[in-house]
Amino acid sequence: MPSGMYFTIVLLPLLVATIVGLFGNRLGDKASMWITSGGVLVSMLLSLVGFMEIAVYGKPAIEATLYEWIASGALSVSFGIYIDKLTVLMLVLVTVVSSMVHVYSIGYMADDPSKPRFFSYLSLFTFMMLALVTAPNLVQLFLGWEGVGLASYLLIGFWHHKESANAASIKAFLVNRVADIGLILAMLVAFAVFGSVAFGDIFASAQSVAGQSMNFLGMNVPVLELFALLLLFGAMGKSAQIGLHTWLPDAMEGPTPVSALIHAATMVTAGVFLLARMSPVFELTEIALMVVAWVGALTAIFAAIIGLTQTDIKRVIAYSTCSQLGYMFFACGVSAYSAAMFHLFAHGFFKALLFLSAGSVIHALHHEQNLFKMGGVRHLLPITYGLMWIGSLALAGIPPFAGFFSKDFILESAFMSGTQTGYSLYIIGTIAAFLTAFYSFRVLFLAFHGTFNGDKETFDNAHESPFIMTVPMMVLAVGAIAAGMLGLPMMDTAWWNGSIVIFENIHVGVVEAHNSPLLIKLLPLIVAIAGISLAWLMYIKRRGLADKMTKALDILYSLSFNKFYFDEIYEAIIVAPIRSFSKFLWQKGDVEIIDRFGPDGVAELTRRISVTIRPLQTGYVYHYAFVIILGMLALITWLMV
Amino acid sequence: MDFPILSTITFLPLIGSFMIFFIMNGEEEVVSHNAKLAALWTSLVTLLLSISILFHEGFDPASASYQLVETADWLPQMGIYYRMGVDGISLPFILLTALLTPICILVSWKGITTKVRGYMAAFLALESFLIGVFCATDLMLFYVLWEAMLIPMFLIIGVWGGERRVYAALKFFLYTFIGSVLMLVAILYIYFAAGETYDMSLLSNLVIDEGAQKWLWLAFFAAFAVKVPMWPFHTWLPDAHVQAPTAGSVILAGVLLKMGAYGFLRISLPVLPEASAFFAPLVFTLSVIAIIYAALVALAQHDVKKMIAYSSVSHMGFITLGIFAATTESIQGSLMQMVNHGIVSSALFMLIGVVYDRMHTRELSRFGGLVKVIPLYSLVFLLFVMASVALPGTNSFVGEFLILVGSFQVAQTATIFATLGVVLGAAYMLWLTKRMIFGVPTTAEVKRLEDMDKREIIMFVPLIILMLGLGLYPAALLDITHASAENLVNSLGNYHDLIAQSPSWPFQQTSLVEGN
Repeated sequence: MPSGMYFTIVLLPLLVATIVGLFGNRLGDKASMWITSGGVLVSMLLSLVGFMEIAVYGKPAIEATLYEWIASGALSVSFGIYIDKLTVLMLVLVTVVSSMVHVYSIGYMADDPSKPRFFSYLSLFTFMMLALVTAPNLVQLFLGWEGVGLASYLLIGFWHHKESANAASIKAFLVNRVADIGLILAMLVAFAVFGSVAFGDIFASAQSVAGQSMNFLGMNVPVLELFALLLLFGAMGKSAQIGLHTWLPDAMEGPTPVSALIHAATMVTAGVFLLARMSPVFELTEIALMVVAWVGALTAIFAAIIGLTQTDIKRVIAYSTCSQLGYMFFACGVSAYSAAMFHLFAHGFFKALLFLSAGSVIHALHHEQNLFKMGGVRHLLPITYGLMWIGSLALAGIPPFAGFFSKDFILESAFMSGTQTGYSLYIIGTIAAFLTAFYSFRVLFLAFHGTFNGDKETFDNAHESPFIMTVPMMVLAVGAIAAGMLGLPMMDTAWWNGSIVIFENIHVGVVEAHNSPLLIKLLPLIVAIAGISLAWLMYIKRRGLADKMTKALDILYSLSFNKFYFDEIYEAIIVAPIRSFSKFLWQKGDVEIIDRFGPDGVAELTRRISVTIRPLQTGYVYHYAFVIILGMLALITWLMV
Repeated sequence: MDFPILSTITFLPLIGSFMIFFIMNGEEEVVSHNAKLAALWTSLVTLLLSISILFHEGFDPASASYQLVETADWLPQMGIYYRMGVDGISLPFILLTALLTPICILVSWKGITTKVRGYMAAFLALESFLIGVFCATDLMLFYVLWEAMLIPMFLIIGVWGGERRVYAALKFFLYTFIGSVLMLVAILYIYFAAGETYDMSLLSNLVIDEGAQKWLWLAFFAAFAVKVPMWPFHTWLPDAHVQAPTAGSVILAGVLLKMGAYGFLRISLPVLPEASAFFAPLVFTLSVIAIIYAALVALAQHDVKKMIAYSSVSHMGFITLGIFAATTESIQGSLMQMVNHGIVSSALFMLIGVVYDRMHTRELSRFGGLVKVIPLYSLVFLLFVMASVALPGTNSFVGEFLILVGSFQVAQTATIFATLGVVLGAAYMLWLTKRMIFGVPTTAEVKRLEDMDKREIIMFVPLIILMLGLGLYPAALLDITHASAENLVNSLGNYHDLIAQSPSWPFQQTSLVEGN
């Protein structure tokens, strides 16, 4: 019974999360940690089995229904699983990173008083993410989508005594909710157009509605473009694309293992997964694909620019995540979904590794996150240092590390798509690759090289993390090295066995990618090496250079340092107006207009009249009501007799 | 005739009420205690009997007609009969009332200290009239019970309420009174139009000319829209909630508000379909305004109870949208959402009551950091916040989603704007949570708080089970409402075509797919 195994993969984390969530305090810290970690580890092993079956031995996709969840009228939504190559790839990524993060957290959270709560949230998150990637329909996907959002909200705000953590958790939830409008409307459109929200039904009839259009807010729009753009808007929130990205850097308020799992490797990639899953729809669109591509490219470069100047180690990596997600989006936009998924998979490992390494440094330095208060700790933290090198090389795209293959594949696909857009994207992507290499090594050099800039006591007490933390990091490092080479077959569309659809006759880039000119192939690598060299020059060789450049590029620097003022602009044009408008509606609308001319006005009139007939009145409303009812009943009864 | 189960559940609480009020005598303390116990047991037996309807051989969920029908003469000379019956539209409300009453009595166990006997009697009388309203299938009986229900509600707010209880009750009275008078006139008109009968099972076959329908529709609308309450007839609700004792708020939000929506489903749509279609765009417009306006106003509140009261107005906007969109999905969604709101907003009012009983304040700034002091309470609070923002997995998601899916094709623009409520709803609820639950406890009174006791836990358990249960297995409710909702939609004929011809309001129109 193969579907039973997949249900186990999904439901086991829920089971352990519930057990620990309800009884964690009675079970104790140790038991809580091992039950949750154990549950997720078992899920991981089963996922690897599933990966072997579906991806390696090429067994056909599995669809199974647990039960019918919502049924009304023509709508039927089931709880179930849909396991194809796309799913098993995500299963492996999610369960491997999640279980490693569980284990790592045993060490990282050793001093925290609320371990059971932390671990049950982590496992709950894992369940929701698994429910998302195995969903056979949009509504179950939305359940996982909101579920991971909830877990993210709870974990960002895990240290709820911190005001900043609470603010960040609300921001994450609300920005995502704004994007959710896109996904909700997409489901409504799906039901209106396809009569179903199940992926199978949507894909089956996508081709036949391709020419149709529908009325939307008074405009006549092609249905598939509309559907795809709504999906994109939803995806932009979870995957922190430009405009809806502002929650991700703030989400770094959460404990670092959370950042690694949720805000780097898995949840934020849900948007990319959605685009890839919906490739049979996106392939039939033109405008939507182009918007996807541009959103992705702009995010890739924009976030990379911000990443150059941030001083908080976690925020640099967060912007880097944002930027890499941009790459994945623009890959989807040029129909290179396979490249996007390949990069997603590889990125999951090396980015989680980078975050856990950063966590290891933060842990060693008593929760210091400012890069300029670190430095020179490479001898104290040799393992972390080594692993950070692997992660940074992978992120910068240096062979043979994972990021090299996947990033090159994306850029080549863009170039070979042969369109004006494709060339522009290639150039933007290559510049972003230069910036990526620069900022990743800026972090590495600032944190580990030079001299220590914090206080002496912290430095003296710094020590390498225990094995419970370093071993999971090593596992991820293996992934960061191997994922690239192991993933090479993914570049062939046929490998996906139909789980990703690419119209190769229209979108030639993916097929032709390996035929790109040598210079095009090598350019990303060349700029990456240049980026690393520049970082070396500025932060190791001649440390004064950075300050000089800051002064020379004053305006650019402050734009980047202040994140292009997105938060300030949103506060001024959205948040503040809503706040004052809601006050206005309450105090002017309700109190001064409706009440004044409605009940209070009538009451005042009544009061004036009542002055003249006061003796009859007791002043209690319920007396009046009672008399009215009695009178009415008496009247009716009397009429009858 | 079989055992008259509907009359039993209707009048059992009333009998209990009389027993408590007239028979119990003696020492104050003993009487109070006995009154509470008697009220609890009466309402629990009523609950069990109500649940038994689901398993009653005379009740078939697949049938859309009135079932378990009881008929008796009341005032036959005037065409008024005692007619009772249930279908998939009324049964959920009966169950909801029967569930919430014993919970209300538990809620009041310690909070009510004066005139306990009268309070318990009033609550049982209220239950009786509410169940009666939903069981009645004779228009005049319906009207009498509809009005009768006001007496105990007035008493509960007016006697056991807060400082400005008289103002709140007066406001409620003024709104309701005008509506009720107009409804009575409309009912009398229908009586003659239908050939001198109040039998509601015959009314859907009634043919009334369109001009008259519109006047009748407006008359009923006056009564129902106030009860829901729809914007701009909503300002009595925040005041009533703030002044009412906790249990009063629970029954008010849980059941009373649904009477208006029930009226739309029971009378406006089936009896006056043409007028309903004519006015549907108006309803869509008011619904969307309610959803957004009330959510924005909720965002500005500092009194927790007022915030939840405004959130009710916002949530009820979804329900009226779904009812007048009148597709099977949207009507089933609205019915479900009414039950959901009855569970979730009740729980939220109860949660406010729990801390109010201890701190005697509802001012947001006085709380903060509750999770550190009373973790169990905070967990329950968080659960219901998530239900209120309609997170999938909770009951509210299913209801809201069905409403949106069902309304999208009929009232597209309204539905699109309604989704803004999803964001705003999350905004005020999360802001509330942050201010109340998270952060660091600052005041001494917060630090002294004690977590929920056994009684308080017991009253939340059934609500939590239902909230998650219906979220994961909504069929439990949808199976009951399915046949009746479908039947209602089918009986409306060309309703949706008529909407398209109605005068345009800002939030009208359709979205069916066109080929090209």
